Amino acid sequence: MSNRVVITGLGVVAPNGVGIPAFRDAIKNGVSGIRHDEQLEALKFSCQIMGIPEVSDALKLTCFDELELKQLSSTGIVYGVIAGMQAWADAGLSVAPEEAPDWDSGTVFGTGSSGVDKFREAIYKVDELQVRRLGSTAVTQTMASGISAFLGGKLGLGNQVTTNSSACTTGAESVLMAYERIKNGHAKRMLAGSTSDSGPYIWGGFDAMKVSTFKHNDNPAAGSRPMSASASGIVPGSGAGALLLESLESALQRKATIYAEVLGGNINSGGQRNGGSMTAPNSAAVQRCIKDALEQAGVSASGIDHINGHLTATGKDAEEIRNWSAALNRSGADFPYINALKSLVGHCLSASGSIELVAAVLQLQEGFLFPNINCEDLHPEILAVIDSERIPQQLLYKDINLVAKASFGFGDVNACIILKKYRHQ
Amino acid sequence: MDKETFIAQLREIVRPYAKNQEALEQISASTDFIQDLKINSANLVDVVLDVEEKYDIVIQNEEMERMLNVQAAMDIVTSKLKEK
Repeated sequence: MSNRVVITGLGVVAPNGVGIPAFRDAIKNGVSGIRHDEQLEALKFSCQIMGIPEVSDALKLTCFDELELKQLSSTGIVYGVIAGMQAWADAGLSVAPEEAPDWDSGTVFGTGSSGVDKFREAIYKVDELQVRRLGSTAVTQTMASGISAFLGGKLGLGNQVTTNSSACTTGAESVLMAYERIKNGHAKRMLAGSTSDSGPYIWGGFDAMKVSTFKHNDNPAAGSRPMSASASGIVPGSGAGALLLESLESALQRKATIYAEVLGGNINSGGQRNGGSMTAPNSAAVQRCIKDALEQAGVSASGIDHINGHLTATGKDAEEIRNWSAALNRSGADFPYINALKSLVGHCLSASGSIELVAAVLQLQEGFLFPNINCEDLHPEILAVIDSERIPQQLLYKDINLVAKASFGFGDVNACIILKKYRHQ
Repeated sequence: MDKETFIAQLREIVRPYAKNQEALEQISASTDFIQDLKINSANLVDVVLDVEEKYDIVIQNEEMERMLNVQAAMDIVTSKLKEK
């Protein structure tokens, strides 16, 4: 049994837009969600700019009851639940009734870590000999699967409910895991996505590693500079993206709006060999991942119209471009259009892949390419491989048919997904 | 503290946890937290913590175990307040 799999719902909680309409406007207009943060400055971070989604109390109350909010200090769970429930509603689905769950629907909703602020509260209480005062939600907010457990309960999901974790590959991996489950006939609908907490306790480690930029504290919107010669590190971000995957059969039966088709993809690892390490990619593995994704999707490299890159604004961007070029055997003016959402939202870590996939799907459906910002000074090593006009710096309306999206993560892990515009018969 | 005052105070403490708001309005000494108010059993520890905070007392594990209804809560709190 092999089902075709389509995307019928989207949700997003991003630093430059919460909800699909706001996010679509923001990416089309090249609006940055990066801001200066007083707390990071007070804590003496090198990088004092960041991306946090603006989530009002009124919006939280549409997804959580007052009791939940009273106890909730996991920002990742807040972002993930809002994005997930948006995607569910966007797909025209209703919440399962009290008597029985929806056996045909599940979720793979990833995160890097969960509830770091809740963990901090708990650790202080334990050390003060107050373990009895932790309350009832220290476990549910800090277990890695907290986000999928919250979504499963709110929507009444009766199929697989799980959380995946593979650093910055998490979001792309969640979509591929959900895709496999539907393709193989184990579920009709899977809510895929990923989330990331915000705040100093998540970002501190990146600051300490010196992978975050410290050069743009006085000009936040210009701080995240993928593909630029003056790129100087990531700008940490946060948020969540969600995509409702569904068998084509189920989508057609429900007469659902179909955004795009997931043709296939691949996940692999460089094994931290051949130049790969805990923090650096094995280029041979990256290229293999892209090639295998094309093969599994049944498309040729020449058919790819657009690449939604990983492109983090570190010294690795040129290497990523060379890997794409080698894997697709395309360069210069023949290279697909490429853009980097991280120029607008920073690096949303475990949420990056899913937020970027939401952007990719919106582009496919409507036929546009959002502008790359902060790369007026394109890196010469990138220009040695591809033409500058393949890196749009203004909004472009283009009919796109096939998109390749890749994400790479610590641990030398890779994911590549091939999406196709869905054309109604 | 008289019975009515305590019950009125307890009603406000358990209000955020009670899934049955109608039963909450009818709260009396015989009201059971789980059966009547439909409080999620996991939230009973939160109710105990909020009671401790309100009356500035510490409730022991054994007392916590039997604090399942309004009467038990009243007995425990009253005896704790007397000890102070």
